[in-house]
Amino acid sequence: MFARFNGLPNSLLDDFWRLQQEVEQLLGDGLPSQGGIRSLPRGSYPAINVVQTPDNVQVYLFAPGIDPKKLDVSIQQGLLTIAGERTIPTEDGASYYRQERFSGEFRRAVSLGDDIDAERVEARYRDGIVQITLHRRASAKPRQIEIH
Amino acid sequence: MTTNSSQVRTSSGMASSGVASGAAANAREHSAQESANAGAPQRGRSAEAVLRTPVDIFETSESLVLMADMPGVAKERLDVRVDGDTLVLEGKVHFQLPEESEAVYADVRSTAYRSSFVLSRELDTDKIQANLKDGVLTVRIPKHAALRPRKIEVR
Repeated sequence: MFARFNGLPNSLLDDFWRLQQEVEQLLGDGLPSQGGIRSLPRGSYPAINVVQTPDNVQVYLFAPGIDPKKLDVSIQQGLLTIAGERTIPTEDGASYYRQERFSGEFRRAVSLGDDIDAERVEARYRDGIVQITLHRRASAKPRQIEIH
Repeated sequence: MTTNSSQVRTSSGMASSGVASGAAANAREHSAQESANAGAPQRGRSAEAVLRTPVDIFETSESLVLMADMPGVAKERLDVRVDGDTLVLEGKVHFQLPEESEAVYADVRSTAYRSSFVLSRELDTDKIQANLKDGVLTVRIPKHAALRPRKIEVR
C-alpha cells in the first residue's frame, strides 16, 4: 500500500524512520544520560562523551569548527567547565536555505568527583573533537590489599 | 589540514527520475536509506544508528554551498560522492579509547554519519569541491555557467 511512496525523497516513512532513530538515540542503550543541574538537553552544542579508566577520566567534546586557543577549560572543586564560542562567517550575498549549525557562545560542565588532580590535565584538539585527559590522584586509586 | 576536490567521486549522472528539478528547493534532504543504494545501512535495529549532521545550506550567485558538522571524522574516513542526482555524505568517527575504559556519559552513541541531498539540474556536479577542516565539511557545488540566473533588463 505504501509502495507508491517509496520513490519520494522526503516521504513520511523516512521522516518517521528518522524520528524513530532520534528516539532511540535519546533513550539510548543503558548509559546514564540524565545529568545534573548543569546538564544540557540532547542535541546541544557541543556534545560530550565521558569515559573513565582506573587512572584517568577522558572527556570528549564534539566541537567542530572552533579555535581551540579560545577555549576556556577550568577545574574547580571537581567540576570541569569548558566555555567557548563558535563563530560562523557568512559570505557576501549568500541566501540561506538551512541554518542548523550552532553559532554563538557555549558552556558545558562535567562533574568529575574529588579524586582528580587539577594540576595534571591535558587537552588536545583534533578533527573537531577536544579530548581532555584528567588524571586521578595516586592516593585515590583503588589499592590492592594483600592478605597475609 | 584541508582536503580538496580529490575526495569527490562523481559517478556518471544518469538521468534523474524527475524528482529534483524544482526551482524552489535546490537541495532537499531525503534521509539516507534509499533501497537502491548499495552498501547503505539497513533499516532496523541491527544497523548502527546514524548520527545527525547539522547543516547550513546557502546559495551565492555562482554556487550552492553546504556545510556539515562531522566532528571526529578524518579525511581518510570521509566519503563525499554524487550518486545519480544525489549528493551523499558519509563519515566514520575515529575514536581511540584507552584500554580498560568504561563509558560514564555519552551524548554521542554512534560513530557513523550519513546524509544525502537531491541536487537540481543547474548544479555542475563535475566541479564539486569538498574541504574538511576541524570536523566541518564544506561542499561547494558551482552552477553551470549557462544556467546561472540572468538579470533581465526591462526596456
